[in-house]
Amino acid sequence: MDPALVIRDLVKSYPAPSGQRIEVLRIPRFELGAGQQVAVRGESGLGKTTLMHIIAGILVPDSGFVAVGGAEVTGLSEAGRDRLRAERLGYVFQTFNLLQGLTALENVMLGLAFGRGADPKAALEALTRVGLAERAHHLPRQLSTGQQQRVAVARALANRPCLILADEPTGNLDTARGRKIVQLLRDSASSLGSALLVASHDPEVLGSFEQVVDLAALNQAARLEEDV
Amino acid sequence: MLFLLIRRGLRQHLVSTAVAVLLVALGMGLVVSVWVVRAEAEQSFNRSASGFDAVLGARGSKLQLVLNGLFHQEASPGNITAEDYQQVKSLPMVDRAIPIVVGDNFRGVRLVGVSDDFFQNLEYAPDHVYTVEPGGRPFKVGEKEAVVGSLAAHQLGWTLGTTFHPFHGLDYNPSAQHSEIFTVVGVLAPTNTPADRVIWVPLEGVQRLGGHDPAAFTDLSAVLIRFKPEAKAAGLMLDTRYNRQGKRLTLAWPVASILADLFSKFAWFEDALRALAYMVAVVAGASVFSAVYSSMSARKRDLAILRALGAHRRFLIAAVLGESAGIGLLGCALGFGLYALIASTVQEILRTRIGVLLEPWAWNPVLVWGPLLMLGLSIAAGALPAWRAYRLSVADGLSPLS
Repeated sequence: MDPALVIRDLVKSYPAPSGQRIEVLRIPRFELGAGQQVAVRGESGLGKTTLMHIIAGILVPDSGFVAVGGAEVTGLSEAGRDRLRAERLGYVFQTFNLLQGLTALENVMLGLAFGRGADPKAALEALTRVGLAERAHHLPRQLSTGQQQRVAVARALANRPCLILADEPTGNLDTARGRKIVQLLRDSASSLGSALLVASHDPEVLGSFEQVVDLAALNQAARLEEDV
Repeated sequence: MLFLLIRRGLRQHLVSTAVAVLLVALGMGLVVSVWVVRAEAEQSFNRSASGFDAVLGARGSKLQLVLNGLFHQEASPGNITAEDYQQVKSLPMVDRAIPIVVGDNFRGVRLVGVSDDFFQNLEYAPDHVYTVEPGGRPFKVGEKEAVVGSLAAHQLGWTLGTTFHPFHGLDYNPSAQHSEIFTVVGVLAPTNTPADRVIWVPLEGVQRLGGHDPAAFTDLSAVLIRFKPEAKAAGLMLDTRYNRQGKRLTLAWPVASILADLFSKFAWFEDALRALAYMVAVVAGASVFSAVYSSMSARKRDLAILRALGAHRRFLIAAVLGESAGIGLLGCALGFGLYALIASTVQEILRTRIGVLLEPWAWNPVLVWGPLLMLGLSIAAGALPAWRAYRLSVADGLSPLS
């Protein structure tokens, strides 16, 4: 079985106002097996979101190789990367990123719309999995922050992805709710057989994972900066 | 999903959407109204010429003769003699010649003296002849009897057996009442022509009313003429005879061309209305642009989320253009309602004041190109916001980064 995620020699830089390019990521090697669950530790500004966006094909690296479930993200066209996100990836954001004009059910249907196709039954199933079936027709503003994040989790799970990315998933939640969300993510990923990569700086979140990778250790760009 | 997003997008910015929809409706309603009412009014006037080809009257304006003889508007330019009528009636190319006399009214509703030929198989439109409603009958020559037009009967509340004293003159003057009493013996079946809004009485009924000049008892206001279908050159011949060679009478012919001249006098007003309609259409386009642009800007994050979930750039274009098209479609639907309102108002005014029936839903190309213009304008107004959505950077839209 293909690994859920393979990263080789990944480099990403951004242009600085001075015109020079600042390297934010340089990851020689990283791998995530199918169904494996790993947390990435990193303070703000270390490039966690950039890494997540590159894996999801939202950002394009300067060089390197990224493959998700055997599909080489870095070799795909933009349309191919869109398809990859729609079919193989689930993405949970720190700010939930629910569409405020849509109900919980419709938000979850969005997670299916661009891949398998909008299926209310499958969306309701995903909402049931996160315990929000009875709130299916509520708008995000009618839900608590914890419930909103659960909807976001249901949306990420709806297309049964091979890899779930969660970027600071508890950043807007209190400790108790954060713990519940992480547990929900882990349980759901396990039941679907999906790999889970969680980026966080929250010790509570990191403490709940058996495998924690330090982004500062993984990212040689930071070391290079220190060498300079 | 696309339609759901479009629907919710429009609902989320309800106020700007509603304003844009109203302006599109106003633009479309005005564009279609100006075009249709103009075209339909001219056609309706022609239809309402009551099947006559020409009007013979005293020397004067042809338009005045047509308005007075066929549309019962304005005053007669003068009188003609009974001999003039007999002469034109005897011409071989003339199929029907109907003499009329005007000069009296009942509370502003015009009395028209006419020969009893009027009720004898006289067609006002192909296969439609003037008839009296069941229960009534045409007036008898020489009697003080009247057949009232359907619209006038409704307006005055008259039924069979109603009696009335006419008033002298074409305008209502309460102190100028005649002593003679007329009795309504029939109500004219509706014709949707100006004939519906007058009171028809025998020629002598008007000619010999008390106070009228006895020397003019046999004079006529005009003769309405229909040529025989086979007499193709009849109009031209009589035009030469009365208008070019004669100096005493005027033949108003052809009626359609005289009416076209009438409408051309209002061309400036029509041009002004068209300019106004176009301006409203442009403002509507600008408001659609503003609504869609601000909606798109406010939902930049939503669009970025869609992209993060796997939506292709083309989907965003479709979503934004779909919103502008949605505004256009809603506006057009409402615009038809507005047009129906404007047209029915104009229709009622023309029907009650002139007796001309407008057909607002008769085929006119503007009924297709008007909505298409507004829809196209709305979609075009969404082009720039759609392009911005297409160019949207997903990562920027999803910021802040952690």
